Amino acid sequence: MYKKKECIAMLLAGGQGSRLYTLTEKSAKPAVPFGGKYRIIDFPLSNCVHSGIDVVGVLTQYRPLELNEYIGNGQPWGLDLMYGGAMVLPPYQGKTADWYKGTANAIYQNLHFIDRYDPDYVVILSGDHIYKMDYSAMLKEHIKNDAVCSIAVINVSLQEASRFGIMNTDENNRILEFEEKPKHPKSTKASMGIYIFNTDKLKSYLIADEADENSSKDFGKNIIPTMLNAGERMFAYQFDGYWRDVGTIDSLWEANMDLLGEVPEFNLDSDWTIYSRNYTLPPQFIGESAVIDNSIITENCHIESRIENSVLFSSVTVEPGALIRNSILMSGVTVRAGAKVDYAIIDHDTVIGAGAEIGQEKGADGKRPAIAVIGSDLNVPPGMKIGAGEMINEASLEAKFKTVG
Amino acid sequence: MSAAGIIFSNLHEAHITELTKVRTMAAVPFMARYRLVDFPLSNMINSGITNVSVITHYNYHSLMNHIGSGKDWDLARRNGGIQILPPFITAYANNSNSLYSTRLEALCSINHSISNIKDDFIVLCDCDCICNIDIKEILEEHEEKKADLTVVVQKKNVTDEERAKFTIIEADADGHITDAFTNSGMTSGEKHVSLNIMVITRQFMSNMLADTMAHSYKSFTYDIIGRYKGSRNFRIHEFNGHYSAVDSFVGYFNQSMKILRTESIREEIFGNKNRPIFTRIRNSVPTRYKTGCIVRNSFIADGCIIEGTVENSILARNVKIGKNAVVRNSILFRNTTVGEYAELDYVLSDKNATIRDGRHLSGCDALPYFIDKGMNL
Repeated sequence: MYKKKECIAMLLAGGQGSRLYTLTEKSAKPAVPFGGKYRIIDFPLSNCVHSGIDVVGVLTQYRPLELNEYIGNGQPWGLDLMYGGAMVLPPYQGKTADWYKGTANAIYQNLHFIDRYDPDYVVILSGDHIYKMDYSAMLKEHIKNDAVCSIAVINVSLQEASRFGIMNTDENNRILEFEEKPKHPKSTKASMGIYIFNTDKLKSYLIADEADENSSKDFGKNIIPTMLNAGERMFAYQFDGYWRDVGTIDSLWEANMDLLGEVPEFNLDSDWTIYSRNYTLPPQFIGESAVIDNSIITENCHIESRIENSVLFSSVTVEPGALIRNSILMSGVTVRAGAKVDYAIIDHDTVIGAGAEIGQEKGADGKRPAIAVIGSDLNVPPGMKIGAGEMINEASLEAKFKTVG
Repeated sequence: MSAAGIIFSNLHEAHITELTKVRTMAAVPFMARYRLVDFPLSNMINSGITNVSVITHYNYHSLMNHIGSGKDWDLARRNGGIQILPPFITAYANNSNSLYSTRLEALCSINHSISNIKDDFIVLCDCDCICNIDIKEILEEHEEKKADLTVVVQKKNVTDEERAKFTIIEADADGHITDAFTNSGMTSGEKHVSLNIMVITRQFMSNMLADTMAHSYKSFTYDIIGRYKGSRNFRIHEFNGHYSAVDSFVGYFNQSMKILRTESIREEIFGNKNRPIFTRIRNSVPTRYKTGCIVRNSFIADGCIIEGTVENSILARNVKIGKNAVVRNSILFRNTTVGEYAELDYVLSDKNATIRDGRHLSGCDALPYFIDKGMNL
């Protein structure tokens, strides 16, 4: 059923995440696991719930099965509601509709969904980032500024700034200029891809953009610049917390490592609970020969060996004499006796055979080796060596096995 | 064949007053992340029973809090699902409100609810039945043998001291119950003891309850099994898996430690993929093992932060173990905080307890040191 809502969220979750290689071979980027028991999309969804937003349209496109199944009726986030809740919005066939051609087109194709709730404001989110943020504070600011559009920004270093969309603002945070990946950035305020729009303006710009054949139907490339050119009141909303794009193997690994340490850079443990679809699994069992140092471990793991600086998801089994260091082991991974895993990401339900060596130790030069990535549901044979930075999926494992004999 | 379930939440609370002072037996925490009611509930769900009543009479706040809508057990359903049945107390009863004290009285007190059950069979289970049992198999046998009552039993060597704790069931070679007694002068030795899990045919149940009310019967063992055993088809079903009930505080402690120590029991109870033990989902963060921690042979829930040493222990959610603290042979309930350099050996701490820096507390296997809920030592 529908009733008027002040604000609803549209979550763009169609991204392929091609730079995550084998990790997104079978599922979309927002469904990529993070931090022991979460998936990337848990962060924006939980943020919505804590921000009082109870209508979330989740726009899917690439490999949606796992993501659709994961979101289900929204129950894990308390978003299974009579009036609202989480709704998966896949592309559909209609007279004019088609695949989502860009972020703006994806929202355009779902304007009828937005209309049902007659919201005053729409928050546009992406399912690519790890952060905890109160969207209601941003909305308050948006209303106070009498803005048409607010864009969340985070300060990045000047060197990094050329990788982001950069907002140049006046002293009141009103956006004067937007530059996509500028060679010579004039500010360090990087767009986080989080927008709040007044619904009526959003609709009119989306409709106009749709009619423009030269547009690539993208918020950053088209909608935002067009609105700025038209002189609309647009404001930057400064965010100071932890925020990471986990679109690459390196950034995904680094963000996981941010959960470790004496005082973790990103603390999951707070009143701002990140909800996720958890199954009831027994507690973790730490065995006789386990030695654990600076790691996070979760339900149903059975640990019998040395674990250092690592993130272990549920139901991971590590047999005696194995060594896990600086690595991320996803759900259901088994590491057999004597295997060594260092600087690696191992996707779910893969078995690392006895004595196999994955990744590489940190060398004498102190430089971190490239992260080795092993895909899901694989059987890495005993004794096999997989070097730093190698990306292993079913095909490449088979090829490797043949050459090794 | 369809069955409904009834779980008794309060029957044995006097056995373990330390933990039931503030909560009903069903809500007593167990093995780091569970509460006792999770075991009978999960056994019922895993056997296809999706209409379950939990009958309780006091201290049931933590039970209601735990169960919520029943979502986490897949028991938030249009047809059936879970309902908690607190006492039916009315202001206009001329002081005739009374709380049940026996199983039979408990059933009579929810007669109005039982009379709405449409299923052919009713499974009765106490809340302290720690096991992973296939009730479907028992139901099938019950139906096949056209039984009115099937009592699940286990062979046990009953000593003289223990005799009072058990209901002993005697049966012939064919499985027909010939006698049932508690605390009798019969010689001790290997006996079939009731596991307090039973299947009753609904029709017999309603006759039995009508008779009970008409004659003010009190005891299931004497008045029902004893009086009807000749005329009705009462049977036993032997269960050979791991089973433990909570018979005392020390018993609770030792049962927990036994499960912790024995991989085959952990595997039997928690390792069956098709028969999981369900519990409330709390979205705790993964447990953090900080540099300097030493952890061995322990069963640990999510949300803990461990900096010290933990050996042979069971840690519930959000337990914090400070630097250089040593915890051995202990069971720490949710939100227990152990300060730096504190040492615990054979300790059971209830929820929200705080053990300050440098405290040394020690019990022994025959008498673990108990720290009350919320205490600050």
